[in-house]
Formats: sequence, C-alpha cells, structure tokens
Amino acid sequence: MTYNMELEAPARPLGAYTRPKANTGWRDWVTTIDHKKIGILYGAAAMVFFVVGGIEALLIRLQLATPDGTVLGADTYNRVFTMHGVTMVFMVIMPLAAAFANYLLPLQVGARDVAFPRLNALSFWIFLAGALFLNMSWILGDSPDGGWFAYAPNTGVVFSPGKGMDYYALGLQIMGIASLISAMNLIVTVLNMRAPGMTLFKMPVFTWMILVVQFLLLFAVPVITVALFLLMFDRNFGSNFFNPEMGADPLLWQHLFWIFGHPEVYILILPSFGIISEVIPTFSRKPIFGYPFMVFSGIAIGFMGWGVWAHHMFVSGIGPISVAAFSVSTMFIAVPTGVKILNWLATMWGGRILFNTPMLFASGVVSMFTIGGLSGVTHSLAPADTQQTDTYYIVAHFHYVIFGGALLGIFAGFYFWWPKVFGHLLNDKLGKWNFWLMIVGFNMTFGPMHILGLQGMSRRIDSYSPGFGFEFWNMFATIGSFIIALGVLAFIVNVVMSARRARHEPPVGLDPWDARSLEWFTPNPTPVHNFDDDIQVEALDEFWHRKYGEDENGQVVRVASAEEVCQDGSATDTHLPSPSYWPVVLAAGLPFVGLGLMYTLWLCVPGAVLILMAIYGWSFEPVDDPDGPHGHHNDHDGDEPVDDGSGATPAEETAEEAPVG
Amino acid sequence: MADTAAVSHGHGTGTGLSNNKLLMWVFLGSECLLFGGLISTYLIYRSRFGDGPAPGDIFDIPFTSVSSFVLLMSSLTMVLALAALQRGDIRNNRVWLLTTALLGSLFIGGQVYEFTTFVREGLGYTTSPFSSAFFTLTGFHGVHVSLGIIMLMSLLISSLRGTLTKERSETVEIIGLYWHFVDVVWIFIFTVIYLVPSPTS
Repeated sequence: MTYNMELEAPARPLGAYTRPKANTGWRDWVTTIDHKKIGILYGAAAMVFFVVGGIEALLIRLQLATPDGTVLGADTYNRVFTMHGVTMVFMVIMPLAAAFANYLLPLQVGARDVAFPRLNALSFWIFLAGALFLNMSWILGDSPDGGWFAYAPNTGVVFSPGKGMDYYALGLQIMGIASLISAMNLIVTVLNMRAPGMTLFKMPVFTWMILVVQFLLLFAVPVITVALFLLMFDRNFGSNFFNPEMGADPLLWQHLFWIFGHPEVYILILPSFGIISEVIPTFSRKPIFGYPFMVFSGIAIGFMGWGVWAHHMFVSGIGPISVAAFSVSTMFIAVPTGVKILNWLATMWGGRILFNTPMLFASGVVSMFTIGGLSGVTHSLAPADTQQTDTYYIVAHFHYVIFGGALLGIFAGFYFWWPKVFGHLLNDKLGKWNFWLMIVGFNMTFGPMHILGLQGMSRRIDSYSPGFGFEFWNMFATIGSFIIALGVLAFIVNVVMSARRARHEPPVGLDPWDARSLEWFTPNPTPVHNFDDDIQVEALDEFWHRKYGEDENGQVVRVASAEEVCQDGSATDTHLPSPSYWPVVLAAGLPFVGLGLMYTLWLCVPGAVLILMAIYGWSFEPVDDPDGPHGHHNDHDGDEPVDDGSGATPAEETAEEAPVG
Repeated sequence: MADTAAVSHGHGTGTGLSNNKLLMWVFLGSECLLFGGLISTYLIYRSRFGDGPAPGDIFDIPFTSVSSFVLLMSSLTMVLALAALQRGDIRNNRVWLLTTALLGSLFIGGQVYEFTTFVREGLGYTTSPFSSAFFTLTGFHGVHVSLGIIMLMSLLISSLRGTLTKERSETVEIIGLYWHFVDVVWIFIFTVIYLVPSPTS
C-alpha cells in the first residue's frame, strides 16, 4: 500500500512547505484534525467567551441594580447588551454544542473520526476567527449596538453610522461559514459512517438531536447569510434593501432574521435535550422511555420550527390572518416539546435515581425548561403577547429556555462526559455547589423578570426612574446574577482542583456511570484512534446490553463487567489522518477580508493571499501523509490476508484518492 | 478529501453514496435556501422601482433567453464530459470540460453585457430596491457560475497533468452536480425575473 501512496501523492506539494508532524505541544493543537481535540478546542474557546459574556451580563445587572443607573451610560449599555446576546448565542451555546457534537458524535456512531477531519478543523478555526473578529470591535472602539437581532432599518447606515453593525454583519457571516461547514460534515458522518448494524433507530438520542440540529443549521444559516449580505451591501455599497426612503420594506429584515432565528432557538436547545436524554436514563437505571417518540418529537420540532417565526413579530403589523396562523402553529410546537418532557419524567418514574451532579443538572433542565416552555406558550396567545412584547417578561422567558434549558444541559454534559474526555471525574461535592448556586442564582435573576415585565418594564432600556415599583426586583435580580457568577466560579475551581487531584489518584476506570452508549466502549480518556475494532451493533444502548442480560425469571442481571466489554485501546495499526496547517491559515485570512471591507480594501489583499494559499495548499495536500508518524501506522504486509470487515483497509484505499477540495 | 473510514466509491457507507458526493448534495441543499432568500427578496421588490427604470421597461428577454440557452447547453456538455471519462476517453473528457467552461464563460459575458447595458440605461445598483435586488440575485448566480468555471479549469489542469483518470471520474461527477445545480437555479431565476410578466412604469 505504501509504495502506491508514495508514487501518487506529492510529498512536498509547495516546495518549502513541510507537513506538520508534531503531536504534542501548541503546534499539535493548531494543526490537529482529531475530532476529539477539536471538540476540546471548541469547548475551551466557548468557555472563554462564556466568561466574557458573563462579565457583560454582570455589567448589565449592575447598571440596572438601582434606578437611574450610571455604571455604563446609554451608549455603552447598548453595546454591552448587544454583545452579551451575540456572545452567548453564537460564541457560547452554539460552540459548546459543537464541542459535544465533535467529541461524541463519531464515538456514539462507532466511527474513527468525522467524515472530513480537515474541514472539521477549518470549522473550528473559522469560528474562532469570527468570534475574535467580533470582539475586536471592543478594542477598535465600535461594538455593535443594535441588539442581537439587529433590526434593519435601525441598523442601516443612517441610524447606526459607526462601524459596530459592520462588525456584526461580517462577524456573523464568518461564524456562519463555520456552522455550515460543521453541519455538512456531521450530517455526512452520521449518515455514512455508522458502525455495522447501527441503523438510524439504534442511534443514541443525543446523536439524533445533533443530526436534527445540523439540518436546521444547514437550512437556517444561508437565510441569515442572505440577510447579513443585504445589510452589508446596504451599509457598504449603498443598495436599498432596508432603506424605506427608497421604498424598501421595513419588515424584510425581521422576516429573514426570524426565519433563521426561530430554528436557531431549536439549534440552541436540542443539543441539550440530547445530552439529558443520555444522562437521565443512565442515572435512573432505566432505558429511555419511548425512544421513537423521543426521536420523532425531535424531528417534529425541527420541522415545525420553520413555521413559527412570525410569532416574534406579532406587534409589527403583519395582519390578523398571519397573526392567527402563527399563533396556532406556535401552540402546536409545544406538543412535541411536551412529549419530550413527559418522556423524561416517565424515564425517571420508578427508576432507582442517583442524584449525582449530571443528574441534578439534567433535572434542572427538565424543571426550568418547563417553566420557560410554559411562558413561551403564553406568548403564542397574540393578545397576551401584545402586552408582553419588548418587556422583561420576554427576557425572563428566553433566559429560562436558553440558560435553564440549553446551558444547564451543557453543564450536565460536562459532568457526565468529563471522565470520557479527561480521564478523571469532576468533584461531585463541588459539582453540587455549582448546581445549587447556579439554580438559585438563576431563579433569583430571571424569576422576578416575569413580574417586572408584567409591570411594564421595557427591555433594552439603560435606566429607569424611581417610583414605578421596579427597584426591589431589579436589585434582587442583580444579587441573583452574582450568585450565578459564584456558581460558574465553583465550576472553574472544580475543573482546576479535580485535574490536580487526578494526578495523585488512580485513573477513573472504564465505566464510571454504568453508561449505555457506544462511546463508553473505549477506555477513558479516549485513545487517539477511538476504537480498536469496529463494533457490531445489535441494539439501542449496545454497551448496556452487553453488560446486562435476563435470568430465567426475566429479571435483569449483570452478565459482564465493563472490563470484559470495553476495548483496551491497544490497537496500533489504525491509519489516522495527518495534521494540517491549512485550516488555520485559511481561517486567519477571513478577518483580514472583514476588516478590509470596513476600513480599507487594501487589507483584503493579505486576507485573499492567505485564503488562496490555503485552498491551493489544501487541494494538493494528500489526506494522509505517508511519512506521518501520527497514526502508529503499521502497513499490511503483502501476504497478510485482508480482513473484509475491517475499517482500516478502506481507510488506506482512500489515501490514494486525490483530494477534491 | 475522502477520509478515514470513508470508502472511495460509496461501498459500505450508510447511504451508498461516497462521503464526497453526499457532502456536495448536502451543500446544494443549503444553497437552495440561499437562493430562496434572494429570490424571495427579489419578488418582494420587483415592483418597487421608484423613479428608476421598471423591470418591464428594461429587460431584453430575447437576449437573455439566448444566454440562458447557452447555460443550459453547458449542462449537456458537462454530462458528455463525465460520460467520456467514465469510458476512459481522456481526450473527449478534456474537450467537453473545456466546452462547458467556455459556454459558462459565454453566459458570464452575456451577463456582463446585460449589466453594463442596464447601467447605461439608468439602472444602477443603488437606483431602487428593485435594482439592488436584481443585481444582487443575478450577481450571486454569476459568482456561482464563475466558481464553477474555476473548478472546471482546475479539472482540466488536473487532466493535463495526467491525474484525472477514469478511477477519479467521481470528482467530475461531483463538480458536475454543482454545475447542474447552478443551471437549475438559473431556470428558476430566469422564470421569476424575466418570464413572469414584469411591472412597467
């Protein structure tokens, strides 16, 4: 096999360029195309932005703690709340979901990596480039100030003359490319690369929810891309898409944005639904209740999510028929969500529940998301919504679903899969502090906002006068927000302390939670090549079924220990894709293009050079470096019989393929 | 860019399609929404031409029909290019790849001519919401065709270097998928912009 590759693959495609070889140190992290490391990169980057977005949140609460607040001032306040929203949605929840998806999805379907490892690295680096680009606006002096939804014409050049909204339009476009590439990659991975025997309906619910999310991204991202393009052209080239003076439709942006924006809501929440659908059965010692309903309700949410966008626009004057139609469709979408909640409860019902930290967070999602879901149903009633629009009631609602739903679920995932990723558990006692501080602080912060909203306090105002009865609950909410911050601090302390303690303690072992799905077949932490052998899947929860059987009375009994079931990670003949510089080079070019469009077109030149260089380097780079040390590559000897079922053989065949693009 | 457990021609993958081909299909699905957004925007703005030229006044339907015909014929030559390579006929593969690229370029040339004519007749990019929507939609499509031409030329270069062989015909097929998609989108755009009766001033 090897001599073939050496004949066909140019070993030094661009002369001076040599292929990265390091698999330690910073170079490895920059050039890695291992889905597990990329998952960790996503998670680490997102947590940094989580702290940034959290500081922004605390600034907002400080400004609003007392009447006539003077902490920020109106202009800065607008920028801070805009960037808080943009950060938390696009740079925290989405990449955290991507972190879990990247790390776990190939493992859960029994694959060695994603379908396109270099594209996977490219998604991460483009995401990071876009996120840094947007945050550069703080330093260069003009952050976006039009809200995370950036309603045009307000964000057009007439009403937002600075560079802030340009950063928004270009930054989100860059991050959109990342989401799109990642979505395509993961869809192909799930559809094409499942382990033998794993039919679609033997996939874990987490994998299913991630698959639905990738389809949502695939179809939603291009819509906001159109909106952002049009806004960018309006602002930079004088087109008239959002200029009512020239006869443009002032609602065009709202429609385009929310056609993206409502699926986006499910893009944020479904990964968390998937995570807790893994956590709850594991800690209830029961299979998930109604697996097909779980899957189909997720798919139904994915479809129906496209038919409810105008409920964000009930007061924009879209007319009574539209309002009625979207009101009804919004009530309907509560049904599949309700199915999920009932299924989680039925999974817990009668189970021997262990309230470890992951399970606490998962129960937090079920309860808090139910509150957020119910206040969501109140929005579907158009007359009620007319009163609620643009008040703190809305702020309360979406924090209950995004913080109470998406973020708590992600924390459940952290505690659950930490041993899988890092080989040691997070401390359970500190974890419980983390949970209780967060849940108490969260309810103190956002619970009172329902009341404030119904009392008439507007969203997005930078200050309020005394005497409207807003003082007490605002101060209360500000105190709550700092308790959340303490909870996050407990998590960070937990991460550091657990890592330190793990150095002196024995490793976590194979199966700390008595878990159910394929990723636990590998040792902890996962070895670089994932699986030693392909796993023949017979059932949903294959891992659990190999550990448990039935005795003659039909009682469930343990038939095998984790040691007997798990692989030992000792395979050395797995062929792995080699690292590459080009993803990070390509991504580095994009912010230059963005800055060039805003300040001086000359800056586009280095950007274009980087991008073109990367594309051509990429095209001529063989997928697998024949000289690469990365994969412990043992060539098959000529006389060795080729095992038909082995995944290694086709992998080597592809090494001879020319890369497409 | 096939990889790890990917199989070169789709044997043993979950869908029976190779990873590369499935990636292109998925990408084209996404592109539908991109053009969907732009076409919707155009439909909303086609009668908002303000004081500028109206679409019904300015379109030269016979001219654009001819250039549309040229673009559609390029789909035929794309099929011929793929068929030639699948037979192992490298020479005809090159001929048809080049023809496809030339037909695509002819279409782009027609678009450049059309744009300059419109601008001369007073329909600038900033004239009205209609003009902005028209130039953006057709311009986006033009960029897609141009990228397709670059891909076709890359295939041709690859063929001349001797690396585009019968075994690699799937690469041509995948780029062909993109090319056909861009053509199909043009059928929609041509219908929506030119064939549906346009408002006049």
